[in-house]
Amino acid sequence: MKFRLTAFAAIAALGMAITPAESKTFRWAFQGDLQTMDPHGLFETMTLGFQRNIYEGLVIRNEKMEMVGALAESWKNIEPTVWRFNLRKGVKFHNGSSLGSDDVAFSVKRLSTEGSDMKVVAALIKETRIVDEHTIDLVTPAPNPILPLQLEIFYIMDKQWAEKHKALEATNVKGGDEGNYANLNANGTGPFMLGARQSGVKTELVINPNYWGTVKGNITKAVFTPIAQDATRVAALISGNVHMAYPVPVQDWKRLDDAKGVKPLAGPEARTIFLGFDQLRDELLYSNIKGKNPFKDLRVRQAFIKAINIDAIKKKVMRGASVPAGLMVAPQINGFNSALNDRPSYDPKGAKKLLADAGYPDGFDVTMDCPNNRYVNDERICQASASMLAKIGIKVNLLAQPKSKYFGKVLAQNNYDTSFFLLGWTPSTFDSHNPISSLMACRGGPDKLGAFNLGGYCNPRINELAASIQSETNQEKRQKMIDEAFKIHKDEVGHIPLHQQPLSWGISEKVNLIQRPDNVLDLRYVNVN
Amino acid sequence: MLAFILKRLLQSVVVMLTVALIAFALFRYVGDPINNMVGQDTTLEERAELKERLGLNDPFIIQFYRFVRDASVGEFGLSYQHRRPVKELIAERLPATLELALVSAILALAIGIPMGVYTALKRYGFLSRTFMTISLVGVSLPTFLIGILLILFFGVILRWLPTFGRGDVVEIGWWTSGFLTASGLKSLIMPSITLALFQMTLIMRLVRAEMLEVLRADFIKFARARGLPTRAVHFRHALKNTLVPVITITGLQLGSIIAFAIITESVFQWPGMGLLFIQAIGEVDIPVMAAYLVLIAFFFVVINMVVDILYFVVDPRLRVDKALVNGQ
Repeated sequence: MKFRLTAFAAIAALGMAITPAESKTFRWAFQGDLQTMDPHGLFETMTLGFQRNIYEGLVIRNEKMEMVGALAESWKNIEPTVWRFNLRKGVKFHNGSSLGSDDVAFSVKRLSTEGSDMKVVAALIKETRIVDEHTIDLVTPAPNPILPLQLEIFYIMDKQWAEKHKALEATNVKGGDEGNYANLNANGTGPFMLGARQSGVKTELVINPNYWGTVKGNITKAVFTPIAQDATRVAALISGNVHMAYPVPVQDWKRLDDAKGVKPLAGPEARTIFLGFDQLRDELLYSNIKGKNPFKDLRVRQAFIKAINIDAIKKKVMRGASVPAGLMVAPQINGFNSALNDRPSYDPKGAKKLLADAGYPDGFDVTMDCPNNRYVNDERICQASASMLAKIGIKVNLLAQPKSKYFGKVLAQNNYDTSFFLLGWTPSTFDSHNPISSLMACRGGPDKLGAFNLGGYCNPRINELAASIQSETNQEKRQKMIDEAFKIHKDEVGHIPLHQQPLSWGISEKVNLIQRPDNVLDLRYVNVN
Repeated sequence: MLAFILKRLLQSVVVMLTVALIAFALFRYVGDPINNMVGQDTTLEERAELKERLGLNDPFIIQFYRFVRDASVGEFGLSYQHRRPVKELIAERLPATLELALVSAILALAIGIPMGVYTALKRYGFLSRTFMTISLVGVSLPTFLIGILLILFFGVILRWLPTFGRGDVVEIGWWTSGFLTASGLKSLIMPSITLALFQMTLIMRLVRAEMLEVLRADFIKFARARGLPTRAVHFRHALKNTLVPVITITGLQLGSIIAFAIITESVFQWPGMGLLFIQAIGEVDIPVMAAYLVLIAFFFVVINMVVDILYFVVDPRLRVDKALVNGQ
């Protein structure tokens, strides 16, 4: 600790010597904490997004969310299953050692160690071949056109540093490596270096004076604080104790508008919120209909989608800030096709007729599972949906629970214990293949797809398409297959897409920054005036 | 005396075991920790494997046994969320909670007792009535609301005080203290008032009631008849005799100040044990929850013991009884 402080002071002094500009500190608060500093410890947007300031991958998204080179200058698919990455020369880690292809090979290996939560990414790479000090080939198990896209969240760690501090394996929550060095310390190539950190309390970042690239923002230090209570977080922003706080409850936007010096910053998030129903079991677990499963009937599913008045949800629940969706992916996602994004119009009469045709003129009862602290206004969306469904005779018993209980109930480990649910999804790769294979493909097959297809919607054609989309390198053909999968899913009402939820940030008028659609704050683009 | 303390410590082990047993029986109802520990793309096999590795598939009694076995050698495992030893986390957060509790307890006593005495002596005074009215507010408003109102007024509108956190702290060995910096002291004001308000009004009302009772007692009349100065009557004789119940309540309340600072800590994002605990509940961080509950049980037992010892100091009758018993 003492050592770190001195090093920290020395670096700060150095930074000042090089850039005479005054130091600018940026403070921000988020509802949750950063679980780990280990770049391979947790595959979660907030954690990886924070680490992006310290560590870098081969590629990175710029302020327009375009893929550009980071540690790799260029990359090429030299054979169907081989991607060659040419590393940037002269890049140094925070401890001064140089980046080389052995660091990349080491990091790939580290991804598949026991404690790693990024084994999914590790599985994308079969083998690494070091060509020379700054060239490396990554061999994939099958042709993979989107490998660079999928590697954006794969960060490179210094091999020598890891060896020195015995952090060769990813931080493991179980086992003998208590306090894995990389869990509490960081040594990346990024524009910021980790300063003092007390988990759950405060984490400081200081500018890296030797950064290889140019940083568009002007901050020299950043202080992150987790603030769990909404009211406290908003008060911290309004009182000027932090420059930015997120998420801000949608109902507090007006308060921020009225307060001096702060404003709400809203934008569409790449997260699609949707409803789903159990279409697999022969009898629903939670319904008064016995001996059969009404959701197996397409007409019932169509009735449900027609009964939802999405504009009312947008206006009343989301304060006008959501974007109604017809597809399971947002416009920011690769493969989105606006021609398919329309929804069936709100038609309670038609819905009632469909129900009657299906043999349920008086409707039926069903229990709906809903999280109450996971998505923007999640419980209220469920309440609104329940009251809309009541109009066509469907009696919804709402079971809204905190996310730990909700996910514990509805996910695979509890055998998908749900009949009707609300879920949200952001494809981590920003590519349509991810929701097609995780949410829409039949589950339980040998291809192990559909792990989050909680309702068990199944059309084998989607599994075929998922496999082809994975390996198709021709973009045009690939898009056609994505469209086909989305169309099938849509015609069969596999799920009911509701909307893209809004990002809800609150910022001080003294700062300007870029709001990424995945709810990540990139400090490279933060300016404090 | 030593035997008494040893007996109490032995009892504390039983209390802690009971608390841990009940806690482990209840943990399964808090939710599934696995989904909070992995990302969205983690495969089902990996999730299942992690659950197995953490021993979460074992019956709760086995999990309880493992916990007791490890805890008996001072090992509380790794926090699921922070991936760090729970011991370390609690040691890191303990100073924040204890400093806050200490300041609140002192505030409650230093203001509560004089106010209680005053309202008992001048029952119908204007100031007394004002105190009584204010104390009603203190007893009836929920802590959460008091905290939010203070933040709104002193933090957001007047901007005098920081709205969250502990400010800058100074490290003294493993202890961190906010007493030595200006921002640390400023940060203490609102949380300690929020936490103290209820205790303060409780102590005030208690002292008042006891005092009124004692003032009617014969020995006070005799003391007055003897011509002792009013001051001596009030403070040497009356107040001292009201203190036994006050000490009991204060002791118990100190326990709950430490244990239930949770709400205050979460309103002010005060980085103490309560905040750690409430975050642990949200994320189903079983090792942290278990260690915290056991530690709090231990605190309660120790505080109770100290209170019992204080009785001896304050109440001479107890000492006399004891001497008689020993003499027989």
